[in-house]
Amino acid sequence: MNGPMNGAMNGAMTGPGLLEAKGLRKAYRDRIVLDDLDLSVAEHDVVCLIGASGSGKSTLLRCLNLLETIDDGIITFDGREISDPLVDPRSVRREIGMVFQAYNLFPHLSVLDNCTLAQVRVHGVRPDEAADRARQLLARFGLADKADAHPDALSGGQQQRVALVRAMCTQPRLLLLDEITAALDPELVGEVLEIVRAEAEAGTTLVLATHEMSFAREVATKVCFLDGGRVLEQGPPEQLFGDPVEERTRAFLARVRS
Amino acid sequence: MTQPEVTGAGPSVEGSRQARPPSARELERQAVRRRLKLRQIVIATMVTVVVTVGLALLVVSSPGWDRVRDYFLSWSHARDSFAAIAEGFWINIRIFLIAEPCVLILGALVAIARQTTSPWLAPLRLLATGYTDLFRGVPSILVVVICGIGIPALGLSGVTSSLFWLTTFALVLCYGAYVAEVFRAGILSIHPTQVASAEALALTHTQTMRFVVLPQAVRRVVPPLMNDLVSLQKDTALISAVGVFEALRAAQDYQGYNFNGTPLLVAATYFLIVAVPLTRLTDWLMRRQIEKEQGR
Repeated sequence: MNGPMNGAMNGAMTGPGLLEAKGLRKAYRDRIVLDDLDLSVAEHDVVCLIGASGSGKSTLLRCLNLLETIDDGIITFDGREISDPLVDPRSVRREIGMVFQAYNLFPHLSVLDNCTLAQVRVHGVRPDEAADRARQLLARFGLADKADAHPDALSGGQQQRVALVRAMCTQPRLLLLDEITAALDPELVGEVLEIVRAEAEAGTTLVLATHEMSFAREVATKVCFLDGGRVLEQGPPEQLFGDPVEERTRAFLARVRS
Repeated sequence: MTQPEVTGAGPSVEGSRQARPPSARELERQAVRRRLKLRQIVIATMVTVVVTVGLALLVVSSPGWDRVRDYFLSWSHARDSFAAIAEGFWINIRIFLIAEPCVLILGALVAIARQTTSPWLAPLRLLATGYTDLFRGVPSILVVVICGIGIPALGLSGVTSSLFWLTTFALVLCYGAYVAEVFRAGILSIHPTQVASAEALALTHTQTMRFVVLPQAVRRVVPPLMNDLVSLQKDTALISAVGVFEALRAAQDYQGYNFNGTPLLVAATYFLIVAVPLTRLTDWLMRRQIEKEQGR
């Protein structure tokens, strides 16, 4: 599907944007979470969102696949404005995968059924094909023997890997990852990030909110520092981590590095 | 509001932001959303009207409609029977008001008893299980008749022979068993991690139940609980089986003397008047609770 022809490390910010957000605004009651936020994601980009808790990273991701209704601004995906109320959100979500911080696997389904549900019910894949694909991906990420287990019987790292497989099974054009390692033990973080790294290198377009700065530095084509509901500063990782322009960015980076 | 407002977004420049007017595109979107909403309302209204009118026409155009109308929809009979049925319905209301809290308490106690783990309480668990099995299995009307006729026949001293109290007791027994199972389902649905984290705080088994599991369980089972309570409210009519002059009995009495069934509909209306607002109220309370918990 997404051939690695573009590579992941060439900072592809010139191509036509797969996803464009302009002037996003979102408030809960009086609390403004996103404030005139702009974001541009090109195909094969790996965009890392960093910033303090409450800076709007999760909300932004939830807005991008229409889990939240934005209060203002425009989101376009593949050239189509998806923030239009006449757009069927499901037609967008078919193309965008999402993984949550708390895994959110369906506890009543086995690992395999978690991974085949959307393939079969949404994408009309034949059940045996769906199962084949799921087993293949599970095997690739070291979960072959867990296919018939239930999520509650797995470790956090395993559950999050299943959640990634579940999101990837439908071959989304864009994958949103919402602090997917934040609830994990440090020793389990690696096994999850390994999958993300593999996906990034394979050319999958990713937008991820993360606290793992070294990981962001390594895989990102673009890093965005969110502060007070805006992208305060963005750029390739070398620049943003190496020589940030904004004082707030410096302060944040100093805080998370100490 | 004397303090400056601190938002969750960290140190940020509040103030002028809120005042900014929405963009033209957003206004356009809001208009589209309003239009969609309006369309939904129109469709909902039209469908409702068409279905209601259609059903009404179907009933009215049926061959026996004239006879049914004369028998069930006589205004004069409704007026004449109104007071007697109201008097009877007051008995239903009283039984319901007494039985409801008793049912809730009994049901909760039985459910908790079945969840105990101490070996000393094994007989209690057995009793609770036997009780639910027995009273869920026997038709309520039989329990009402057996209690209403059987208990006074025993001639025990100190036991009331008031049919009102005996039949209330019978209904509490029946519904306690149902409600116990509803509560138990709620308790079992609470994720084990909740118990684990309560135990990790060194709470006792009882404290875990009381402060962590039950509050969540009750919230979760409010809809089925409402189901059983409305059902109980209706089943207070069962006590007519032993001759108590409640609403149904009063209506049947009138029907027997006047050869007109309108009082049955009057009685049905009384029951509806209580049941419908009750369910609406619970729905509203539930929604408010959910909104509060999700911080919307």
